[in-house]
Order: sequence, then structure tokens, then C-alpha cells
Amino acid sequence: MKISTIKDLLDAKVICCEEGLSRHVYSACGSDMMSDVLAYVKDQAVLLTGLVNSQVIRTAEMMDMNCIVFVRSKMPTAEMIELAKENGMIILSTEKRMYEACGLLYSNGLVGNRVKNV
Amino acid sequence: MSEALKFHFDVDGDDFTSAGKASVQVKKNLRQLGLSPETIRRVSIAMYEGEINMVIHAGGGIADVTVTEDCIEILLSDKGPGIKDIDKAMQEGYSTASDNIRSLGFGAGMGLPNMKRYTDYMDIKSTVGVGTDITMRVNI
Ligand SMILES: Nc1ncnc2c1ncn2[C@@H]1O[C@H](COP(=O)(O)OP(=O)(O)OP(=O)(O)O)[C@@H](O)[C@H]1O
Ligand SMILES: [Mg+2]
Repeated sequence: MKISTIKDLLDAKVICCEEGLSRHVYSACGSDMMSDVLAYVKDQAVLLTGLVNSQVIRTAEMMDMNCIVFVRSKMPTAEMIELAKENGMIILSTEKRMYEACGLLYSNGLVGNRVKNV
Repeated sequence: MSEALKFHFDVDGDDFTSAGKASVQVKKNLRQLGLSPETIRRVSIAMYEGEINMVIHAGGGIADVTVTEDCIEILLSDKGPGIKDIDKAMQEGYSTASDNIRSLGFGAGMGLPNMKRYTDYMDIKSTVGVGTDITMRVNI
């Protein structure tokens, strides 16, 4: 799924790195616990979260993710946006809640675990 | 690369906002060295977990990363409260983190087991009241 499609499905605002919207991603995860993201995420490229702090950006960066979606209209701070820009991390913000945002993406084909033949 | 490359960081324990900064920098440095994405990711996750631990459990510390021809070594050293029972701390789900730390998105008790999982070697030396030294290696 193109990141621009995620934006459209979630009716989201683009906070930074708009130039990356044409990139394709194949899976996503939703969590407010960065501990769990670090422990359980494997190849998910998109993080949906309601947590707002710099560690959200750094965690996604450590996991080689491409896009963060803040749910419930949460907005990153200026400092967080700077951090995201340094690494080309696309940030979106949607009014939708976590459950609905994840459900919309999932039902439109963005799965949780990318099926791979390893 | 015949000579080892070394990176040193002071990890501030008073400012949660900056926690993880050193790991982000190391990731950048390793990318410039052209190491494989998988190796870089393993080092990044292990170091980031350890760095966050130093900030939330030990009031900060220092991090030293050495890159040699065959491995990347991460040394994390703090003068925090130490870990009383290392075997217990290594169990998934064991955490002494406060609700405040949980509200910041950490404290699931997954960090140490995750560090072990992503590295080829991990050693913890800790003395209660003195501090904790963790050595991790990721083979290239
Ligand atoms: N550097 C340290 N100094 C003192 N205690 C530590 C240190 N690192 C870990 N611990 C202790 O070991 C426990 C387990 O650490 P671990 O990283 O696995 O989980 P956590 O940090 O509590 O949660 P998570 O890593 O999932 O966010 C901690 O709760 C803490 O009690
Ligand atoms: Mg931890």
C-alpha cells in the first residue's frame, strides 16, 4: 500500500516528509508501548500510536520503519518533527482512534505480519 | 578497516527526551561504514534498549561502541542502583518500572531479553549500590 493511500484512508494530515508519500509499505503495527514495538515488531514499516514523545520517533528509526501515524489527533512536538526529518520519517496525524485506524488499514489490505518465504 | 573505530557517548540521565540519542548516532555511523542493514538493526535495537535502561533505571551512564573487522562491541556502564537478581531481570515481563515510566511507553520487561536476542554475546556485571556494566557483541 502506498503511504499516500494510508493518508487518504485515515483522512490524515501530513506533518513532515511529504516527499515520501509515494513509497510502498506492506505491513503495520499499532501500539502505545515502545517496549512491545522493540520486542515484537519484525518487518512492519508503519507504526500507529497514541503516545507522543521523542522515543516514538527514535524507536521507529531503530526498527527501520518508514512512517508513524499519530491517532486521536495527537500532534508531535517541534523537536520530534526535527528528529523525524533528519531520517526522512514520514509523519501523519489522524482524528481516528487506534482501533478504527488499524481496522481501516487492515481491511484495505495492509496486514500485521508480512507473509514471507524465509 | 585494520584499526578499530571507537565511539564514546555520555548518556544523560536527567532528560528522558534525549534518551536514545547515542543509539541514533551509532546507527548513522554504522550506515556510513556500509555495514549490512540486518547487522545495523541488531546493534541499534540492542544498544537502544540498553541506553533507555540506563536512563530510566540508573540515572544515565556512558556508552562505548567499538567496531572491528569482525564485530561491533557495545559497552554500557552506569553507577545506578545495580540489578539484584540478574536471572530474574532477564526474564520476559519482569520489570520494576514505575507507572510513570510505563506512561512514557516503556517498562514491559522486554528490554534485557531483547538485547540478548539481538546480540551474539551479552554479559551483565552488576553490583547493588555500585552500578551495572553490560557488554554486548554483534558479529559482522
Ligand atoms: N542499567 C540498569 N540499572 C539498574 N537496573 C536495571 C538496569 N537495566 C535493567 N534493570 C532492571 O532490570 C529490569 C528488567 O529490564 P528490562 O530492560 O528487561 O525491562 P524494563 O526496562 O523494565 O522494561 P522494557 O525494557 O520492556 O521497557 C528493570 O525493570 C530493572 O529493574
Ligand atoms: Mg528496558
